[in-house]
Amino acid sequence: MLEQYLSLFIKAVFVENMALAFFLGMCTFMAVSKKVSSAIGLGVAVVVVLAITVPVNNLILNYLLQEGALTWTGIEGAENIDLTFLGLLSYIGVIAAIVQILEMFLDKFVPSLYNTLGVFLPLITVNCAILGAALFMVQRDYTFGESVVYGFGAGVGWALAIAALAGIREKLKYSDVPAGLQGLGITFITVGLMSLGFMSFSGIQL
Amino acid sequence: MTAYTPKGVLTTPIFKNNPIALQILGICSALAVTNSMSTSLVMGLAVIAVTAFSSFFVSLVRSQIPSSIRIIVQMTIIASLVIVVDQVLKAYAYEISKSLSVFVGLIITNCIVMGRAEAFAMQNGPAISFLDGVGNGLGYAVMLLVVGFFRELFGSGSVFGFPVLLPVNEGGWYVTNGLMLLPPSAFFVIGLIIWGLRSFNPEQVEDNEFRITANTKSREAV
Repeated sequence: MLEQYLSLFIKAVFVENMALAFFLGMCTFMAVSKKVSSAIGLGVAVVVVLAITVPVNNLILNYLLQEGALTWTGIEGAENIDLTFLGLLSYIGVIAAIVQILEMFLDKFVPSLYNTLGVFLPLITVNCAILGAALFMVQRDYTFGESVVYGFGAGVGWALAIAALAGIREKLKYSDVPAGLQGLGITFITVGLMSLGFMSFSGIQL
Repeated sequence: MTAYTPKGVLTTPIFKNNPIALQILGICSALAVTNSMSTSLVMGLAVIAVTAFSSFFVSLVRSQIPSSIRIIVQMTIIASLVIVVDQVLKAYAYEISKSLSVFVGLIITNCIVMGRAEAFAMQNGPAISFLDGVGNGLGYAVMLLVVGFFRELFGSGSVFGFPVLLPVNEGGWYVTNGLMLLPPSAFFVIGLIIWGLRSFNPEQVEDNEFRITANTKSREAV
């Protein structure tokens, strides 16, 4: 049991890295990776949000949307209702709501954390890594336990990638890049090389 | 406010102000679906449809939306449109919808759609917003097709599935470059395209924030 979870975690962090193998969350990945400190802040925020939203969406899918999921209500004929087509709308709604709640909660109870993470939280709602992880969870039929591990692992993988990229970009500032490649262009090439590096993890299984 | 001409809003996003190459919007899906031309084309069409109609609908209700909840309203409109597109693809192009997998759903979080709704449709009339949506969707689709063209041509020697460079294992002469079908190549191709575009339009080049002046020793500069 534990082995299975560990294997899923390793897979989510390294082999199927959200940013480098599936290109998810690229917009923020490129925009907020200029400084290591803000990259780590955003990375932590993504880990937290992913670890909460993926399991919550898993519950929504299993108890509200799937065919026959409404049987627990006891209403007659409920076992024939299939609401999966509402999936996208409910996942994004759940994500937006949770991010908002998290923001208010941090503001009220952990102001110091709010000051570091606060600016990144609204950005996260439209980060495709969050919705992407929810959709992968649906596609691969994860159980509740697996979805907790997967959400956390995917977040860690993304955070790792953005922190690494920010480190490289900080060093890159001082190098002599051809004019046309300056900024965005060279960042793409760098990420390409990083992604090539991460491909060497493929096939690893515990 | 500057006046927008219908032709202007349609054509500027394609080359002059391309959403992918210049505004860095919506690259997630641009990278993931481009390993063949046909998926790129379908994805491009889907994004054009969603951007155009979401801009149109957002613009229709723009004066009724309270500004504090506008994001969630825009999100709902976009998500509903994406559901429609997703269902249509599943019904009429099941194979392609399988290979696009989660990326159709991810159009919701594609920053181009949100960005146009927020930046353009909230201030302009429905008709011009619709055209603006089409223009930006086209800019996205063109970029997708260009990347897809290179990746499919060099990766499997074909364009839209028709063999152009005949691969060795089918009796031809071209040794396919497997790297082009893998994720990293998408980054390289887009990086190089950006380089190309910026060499033609030098005013788009980003400033170097930390140019080291000629006489500084490297130690001091760090």
